[in-house]
Amino acid sequence: MKYVLMYTNRPDLDAAVPQERRQEAYQAIYGWFEKHGAVFTDSGAELQPPETATSVKAGANGGEPVVVDGPFSEAKENIGGFSVIDVPDLDAAIAMVKEWPSLNFPGVAIEIRPIVDHSGDM
Amino acid sequence: VNAADPYEVTDSALAQVVRAEAGLIVASLHHRLGDFDLAEEAVQEAVTTALRVWRTEGVPPKPGGWLALTARRKAIDLLRARSREQRLASALGEDPALGGDGRPAEDPGEDAQRVGGLDERLPMLFACCHPALAVEARLALTLRAVVGMTTRQIARAFLVPEPTMAQRLVRAKRKITAAGIPFTVPEGDQLGSRLDDVLTVIAIAYNAGYLEAGGAAVADDAIWLAELVARALPNEPEAWGLLALLTFLSSRADARFDADGRLLVLAEQDRRRWDAVAIARADGYLGRAAAMRRRGRFQLQAAIAGCHASAASHADTDWLEILILYDMLVQLDPSPVVRLNQAVALAEVAGPDAALQAVDGLADRLADYHLLHATRAAFLTRLGDLEGARAANERALALTNNPAEQLLLRTRLPN
Repeated sequence: MKYVLMYTNRPDLDAAVPQERRQEAYQAIYGWFEKHGAVFTDSGAELQPPETATSVKAGANGGEPVVVDGPFSEAKENIGGFSVIDVPDLDAAIAMVKEWPSLNFPGVAIEIRPIVDHSGDM
Repeated sequence: VNAADPYEVTDSALAQVVRAEAGLIVASLHHRLGDFDLAEEAVQEAVTTALRVWRTEGVPPKPGGWLALTARRKAIDLLRARSREQRLASALGEDPALGGDGRPAEDPGEDAQRVGGLDERLPMLFACCHPALAVEARLALTLRAVVGMTTRQIARAFLVPEPTMAQRLVRAKRKITAAGIPFTVPEGDQLGSRLDDVLTVIAIAYNAGYLEAGGAAVADDAIWLAELVARALPNEPEAWGLLALLTFLSSRADARFDADGRLLVLAEQDRRRWDAVAIARADGYLGRAAAMRRRGRFQLQAAIAGCHASAASHADTDWLEILILYDMLVQLDPSPVVRLNQAVALAEVAGPDAALQAVDGLADRLADYHLLHATRAAFLTRLGDLEGARAANERALALTNNPAEQLLLRTRLPN
């Protein structure tokens, strides 16, 4: 089954992490991607920070779409990137996600979302 | 009930017949069809039909075969309703193992249990209790798919409107399929925490039924589930620990209410009414768990319940041992509710002053838990602060909606 992993973090909490620990975390993340390399599909990306985001929202009363600065959600959590994986079932996805090195940092979470499978549609 | 009518059966007897078979048939149909939702739905419809028919006509000689055959017919109807799956429907119609020739199927229990040597209900139980589902959904799904309760029965037991419960079940089943929750018993180091999730759902089911007049059946189902898990995973001490705990607790069921239906706390109960046979059985389960020498929170809770069970009177209770067991339990489960119970034992060993301090330290996290206030009230009474005790009892009363507990708390309030 295919799942999207959405890597979220809290930029406000990340700011408190010392530089050398960040460096260690990056190393660990590379190792994690290498270890689970077989399940990653070609889709996936690391995203630029939320302040670079632009959102286009539905206009009021059927009016023109509105272009605004910033991410669509005002939540403190930021989506830092995503991957598309192909694994046998949810337990396999959970097992690899539990090893995500950044889970040692406060406010970090990974959302696992199954992808709609259109292969059965005729 | 007309005792002269041999066919007259009580609903609780019917529920026991259903529960022995329903989960096995769901597992077996799921195995053949590869569609949990459909298998579960078909068995649910068969159970609803069975309860209606058996209530008037009596239980058939082979209730398992009857249920399996009816469930198979329901599954075929459901499959035919989905045009794409005609082929699967006709294959199922010809499957001799499911009574495809029109005769009742062989005992589905034997049939299902042969596969892989493991009770087929177990992988289903682990899927229903998966941590990716909300706890209420785990509970409802387990009672429906594994125990064979109807949506109406579950809704009544948990005081939830039936449509709400039905929607909860639909969502949970949809998530199982869409999210790819596997029907497997986890292995290796995954088993421990996943088994704990399963045992927790069973413990919640027991507690929900414990004080409710209509929930006694759910408490009984919980013990049945605990035994199912323990026998299927005989080398898991926590499974035996939970079975021991629930068996100890159920041994006091008859003594928990007086002749007027008033709830009695442990100290007030007539211990001659405790079920000695159940206590002996629980001791056996706990001994079996302890021999494996892997400590766990259910075993420790069972050991505490066992201390109460072996005390001839409330005054004879070995509170020091209970306190030591609570100290070990807090190491494994530092939740505020466990600490509250630890404080009750502390009051018996070190006096109400120390215990009150411990409880006040939990007040922030348990502000809305009625038993925190009821426990404070008991300590304050012993310390002579009757005004404080009254306020705490009133707070407790405002926070519980269980009628038996409300009545008990009212009797503690001075007029």
